[in-house]
Amino acid sequence: MQQAERKDSMTGSLATTTLGWASGASLIVVLVTGLITSPKDANQGEAVRLLYVHVPMIWIAYGSFIITAVYSGLFVAKAASRPDLGRHLDRVAGSAAEIGVVFTGLTLVSGALWGRITWGVYWQWDARLTTTVLMFVTYLGYLALRKLPADPYVRSRRAAIVALIATVNLPIVHYSVDWWRTLHQGASITVGNKPEYTNDILIALLFAVVAFTLVALWLGIHRYRVIRLEEIREEEGIEMAIAARRAEAEVGS
Amino acid sequence: MSELLREAGLIARKDLLIEWRSRVAVNQIAPLGMLVLVVFAFALDANQSLLDRASAGLFWVAVLFAGIITVQRAFTLESEHGIRDALRLSGIRPAAMFLGKLAAISIQLFVLEVVLLFGVVAMYDATVEEPLLAVVTAGTGTLAFSAVGCIYGAVSLGLRARETLLPLLLIPVVAPVLLAGTRALERALGVSTQAGWNWVGLLVVVSAIYTAIGLAVFGPLLEDG
Repeated sequence: MQQAERKDSMTGSLATTTLGWASGASLIVVLVTGLITSPKDANQGEAVRLLYVHVPMIWIAYGSFIITAVYSGLFVAKAASRPDLGRHLDRVAGSAAEIGVVFTGLTLVSGALWGRITWGVYWQWDARLTTTVLMFVTYLGYLALRKLPADPYVRSRRAAIVALIATVNLPIVHYSVDWWRTLHQGASITVGNKPEYTNDILIALLFAVVAFTLVALWLGIHRYRVIRLEEIREEEGIEMAIAARRAEAEVGS
Repeated sequence: MSELLREAGLIARKDLLIEWRSRVAVNQIAPLGMLVLVVFAFALDANQSLLDRASAGLFWVAVLFAGIITVQRAFTLESEHGIRDALRLSGIRPAAMFLGKLAAISIQLFVLEVVLLFGVVAMYDATVEEPLLAVVTAGTGTLAFSAVGCIYGAVSLGLRARETLLPLLLIPVVAPVLLAGTRALERALGVSTQAGWNWVGLLVVVSAIYTAIGLAVFGPLLEDG
């Protein structure tokens, strides 16, 4: 009984524990490939090592926001007729957006460090940087909306609409380097074109993408479960309050 | 279509009549916009050449502050005394409500912008070299700002902490409007030689996109709560 209760109040499982260990191990591999085995870049020198953090971070952020958009769209379409499915869709959208915001924040920090080494400044009012900050703040607003005290269905539906509108940011951020003249370099790896980097650097980047994807997946699953537990606690809290009021009324009568 | 516009006209008339009778826009929001222009002059140490160069940007920041308050007020009116429920029961279509709100907010902001433009000319010593470009920029910029404002005003309608939520949701989305409006107005004021009408084109595109989104989502947003 106690074991069952304990299991219900935790967010881990055998699968996520394994995923967590795999994430940790893959990060160690990234440290080795990123700092030791991969060479300096001919143009960027040692600063290229920041690429192994910066590029996977923004890719994961894009992926997370796409998941948020897809699940928000499904929420708008399905939640009214299937409330349980709606709550699941809302939790996935919310947890993916949190991961996206964290990884966008880390992209900005790693980009600023790279900018200091390469450009000599932490920040430039460049199209890519500015649009990324706007995307970051847009999703912070989305997360703020999700935290407001309101009817859960109303809040989730409004958040879903905001998330769908926020998706406009993704192509703007990604193609900003093509649409405007920017200091930020264009896409280094594009389908159908020869990459700008050597194979050693590309292999290290591939390891980094896999490792950070595992980390994001692990964090996302845990966030989903935490959101679910918060919902259960909120519902139980209301039920307990109702039961307490009823008990008081019975004592009084 | 004509029925939709007639309903939108009713909503716009109602909102403008409330504003006209309460005089909040005239007595509070317009002076606030002018105050923002004055404060910027203090902040830039009343440096005339700097103010002249920055006048277009400062104008749009003043519009942003005043606009947020205008949008907030337009939607606070609906949440009091069960007016939103009364509107829903009236049978007026959500799309018409959106268009009506959009028209009312746009008209108020456009009048405010004319006042602020006079303020910029008088206080920052700016010269309107291309009046048509200035007026069209103000008109299209206002429409784009109001369309976004109407969507996020409805998102924050009836929520606690809406006063702080609205600017957080609105400002990142209207940032391109401020940028395009500033660039076009810089040309109209003779501060830059950029192609001002291209930026007006961007404002028209943003207005069209957000008006279409607003028409689609206003119904679901009003049904909530």
